[in-house]
Amino acid sequence: MKRVKLAEIAHARSGDKGDGSNVGLIAYSDRGFEILRDQVTIDRVKAHFAKICHGEVQRFEIPNLKALNFLLGDSLGGGGTESIKTDAQGKTHGMALLEMEVEVPLDFNR
Amino acid sequence: MSKSIRIGNGQGFWGDSIDAPVRLLRGGPIDYITMDYLAEVTMSIMQRQKLKRPDRGYAHDFVAFIDKVLPELVERNVKVIANAGGVNPEACQKALMDVAAKHGLKGVKIATVTGDDILDRLEDFGRQGEKFANMDTGEGLFDKERHILSANVYAPTNGIVEALDQGAQIVVTGRGTDPGLVLGPMIHEFGWDWADWDKLALGTVAGHILECGAQCTGGNFTNWEEVPNMADIGYPIVEVNDRGEVVITKHDSQGGLVTIDTVSEQLLYEMGDPNDYITPDVVVDFTSIQLEDLGNDRVAVKNVKGKPKTDFYKVSISYLNGFKATGQLTVSGPNAYQKAHKCAEILWTRLEAAGYSYDDQLTEYLGVGVCHEGIRHQDDPPEVVLRVGVKDQDKARVDRFGKEIAPLVTSGPPGVTGFAGGRPKAQEIVAYWPALLRKELIDVHVNVTEV
Repeated sequence: MKRVKLAEIAHARSGDKGDGSNVGLIAYSDRGFEILRDQVTIDRVKAHFAKICHGEVQRFEIPNLKALNFLLGDSLGGGGTESIKTDAQGKTHGMALLEMEVEVPLDFNR
Repeated sequence: MSKSIRIGNGQGFWGDSIDAPVRLLRGGPIDYITMDYLAEVTMSIMQRQKLKRPDRGYAHDFVAFIDKVLPELVERNVKVIANAGGVNPEACQKALMDVAAKHGLKGVKIATVTGDDILDRLEDFGRQGEKFANMDTGEGLFDKERHILSANVYAPTNGIVEALDQGAQIVVTGRGTDPGLVLGPMIHEFGWDWADWDKLALGTVAGHILECGAQCTGGNFTNWEEVPNMADIGYPIVEVNDRGEVVITKHDSQGGLVTIDTVSEQLLYEMGDPNDYITPDVVVDFTSIQLEDLGNDRVAVKNVKGKPKTDFYKVSISYLNGFKATGQLTVSGPNAYQKAHKCAEILWTRLEAAGYSYDDQLTEYLGVGVCHEGIRHQDDPPEVVLRVGVKDQDKARVDRFGKEIAPLVTSGPPGVTGFAGGRPKAQEIVAYWPALLRKELIDVHVNVTEV
């Protein structure tokens, strides 16, 4: 096994959802989706965003799109229109998630 | 021969490219152009404009666009559907009639769809026992006194369909759903049944993919290096035919990229529970959708499953919730991060010594790792942007904060610059209150007027 960043096996987009954000995480392949499903757990995402997400993390599977959807509660400093944070709408949370590391087989290629 | 139409979205939000809808019109074949101007905060801004001037309260940019292209729209019979009406669709309609008259055009039908604006009815609803419980917190809207700025239901799509059925060239709505702008012409053209949930879901998904403009044609895409000619990025088009086949694409002549990857990212944008995507018209199951790459920037959307609509409309209420201000300084090295830290410490100490504290205060060190705090960090960048902000119910306190930033340039560490634009002033915080309202309390009205 080797450790790679999620960016090697998946792409992502994020935006605001009330006072939290949503992050859609999409694998490039079926094999990649299995890795997302096994390793990108609620606990790992919560730990990854420990300094950003101060609420509950919810996780949904969308196998038909090889995707997971995460809701990061209380991650915007009060929500899109009220927040004074630079990223008041969670636009950068998708790119942030792609920095997380996962373990893949040595021969894994996207 | 089978009938097929092309619907393009030329505006993802108020402030999107003003050239995009013109390029959508002139870049190739198109039958409908939709334009989305409304966000939660937009309605409150428009309501304020209307208070000052009763003939305002809608998106002026839209009237300027129509002025620019109306003869072409009429000649090519391209129809336009826009939620540009904001809180005053009638005034927008009047402005468009004046534009048509100016161009000497006769027989052009311009429609309004209204009924979404319930600001004047809120108190009545309250007296009738409607609670408008906040969907996030459960709190009742009337539990304490609030300065409410706007209140609109997300109206169903039947008003748009009726306006098109009556021959409207331009349909101006208030608050509806963004996907409804795209779903409406499909129902009008193909006569889909209002209980054919899969069809309504298909059109809604197409609308969801298009609603943020170029975000499905290569904009905001993770693999941005792969996107050809982003400067001339094509805005999205959906092709749909009478067999219910749907393809997402763009004009061949323009830049951008339409692949399963770009479309998937937009499908998940602002997604909550993918099993239940609720609109006034239908409930969509996003776990049913199949995408197929047909090549040449064409992606087919298939197998979309819908469920019956709910008994409630979502209501979007905005209210005043205090004041905020933010300001920034650029701090250069050596030791930029440490100096920025010292600047912040001085600023907050001085405010405290002057007797000021705040409901909420923020310190960010841009360049060190703010967006990805706790994930990516660097300690010694050549410069740091110190960004500070406060929130408070008291406007005067917020204004006082704004006066404490500039002095740091001469009375703090060396090499501090970038104080431009004057002292930050207190801005109103417009907060957003989502609630539900029983559908039988709302009627959609359609007015079609011929020039």
